[in-house]
Amino acid sequence: MSHPLFKVIPKEEYFLPGTPACPGCPAALGLRLLLKALGPKTVIVIPACCSSIIQGAYPRSAIKVPLINIAFAASAATASGIAEALELKGIGDANVVVWAGDGGTADIGLQGLSGAAERGHNIIYVCYDNEAYMNTGIQRSGATPYMAWTTTTPTGKREIKKDIPLIVAMHRVPYVATAALAYPQDYVMKLRKAAAKKGFKYIHLLAPCPPGWRFDSSKTIEISRLAVETGTWVLYEIEDGKFRLTGPSKGLIDKSKRKPVAEYLRTQGRFSHLSDEDMAKIQKIVDENWEWIKRWLEG
Amino acid sequence: MESKIKFDLITPISYPGEGSAGATGSWRVFKPIIDREKCRKCLLCWLYCPEAAIRVSEENYPEIIYEYCKGCGICANECPVKAISMVEE
Repeated sequence: MSHPLFKVIPKEEYFLPGTPACPGCPAALGLRLLLKALGPKTVIVIPACCSSIIQGAYPRSAIKVPLINIAFAASAATASGIAEALELKGIGDANVVVWAGDGGTADIGLQGLSGAAERGHNIIYVCYDNEAYMNTGIQRSGATPYMAWTTTTPTGKREIKKDIPLIVAMHRVPYVATAALAYPQDYVMKLRKAAAKKGFKYIHLLAPCPPGWRFDSSKTIEISRLAVETGTWVLYEIEDGKFRLTGPSKGLIDKSKRKPVAEYLRTQGRFSHLSDEDMAKIQKIVDENWEWIKRWLEG
Repeated sequence: MESKIKFDLITPISYPGEGSAGATGSWRVFKPIIDREKCRKCLLCWLYCPEAAIRVSEENYPEIIYEYCKGCGICANECPVKAISMVEE
């Protein structure tokens, strides 16, 4: 029977149950939705990250499309090669997708990402950002936010989060967007928009990780929603150089519409050591970010 | 002398199949139970299931695949009418 939801998100599954992902895993859900959005004519490239195992342990694969596992720094370069080879073979309508974590994007894979973006290969690069090296045991990455606990920042990280989507946008690529799992329609729409464009496309997906962020596995979506509602995570797209807020973020320019950041921070054990001063500082970082956004929108 | 060992071609290629990590339902501590009387068939549970362990029936009811469901509880947490309860195994 048809269902209104199936018009946006197909019923067909390309992600097969029984994977090695942790319960409540955001990367598994992100990959499942990505495959629904892009369909079977997709090639996935995965560098070292949680998804190296989530996609299935030998001799079985948990996803129904071709997939290549590659070294940490090589994902964007590999995808570039695949995209060019498919083009030469006359298969121009296939989606070549990099599915990488934040470590493989913000730190180790940054040169490959930047190179592919600058050369403008026809690929979609998706970073699922769980804000640390979760697969190896929660070590801090360039994308770990200010004051978050990780095993290598036991008293909280002192540096602020590296803004990868904007770094990629500065390569003047045709499409850059952010997404959150609590808003799957927004995420799927952005993936389809990216697939319809030629050239280098980048999507940054916030991926709240239950074991890494220290929260119950049932709260993955709830925390993803709070990240957006508090303005900590901003949903936007930059299409051909034009910046635009999307989904619920559209209504959050006015500070009074945003929930206090503390509501988001208090749901996670990684922020349990925060003092009121730290909370205020994080609130300030978020508010300053929104001031930037306001200025961009005013042009 | 002829070798008695038969060499098969071994390639490091995986093929798609359910249960790449086995029957992951055995990981579960709490089991989600859907109350069909309360269910409004919005399918948010299906949409948000990270494991693809909820299938949709002919009448558009969500059905949990207990062989693979890890019991994360996202479905119960997100259900707008609280039609899913988590029961200890």
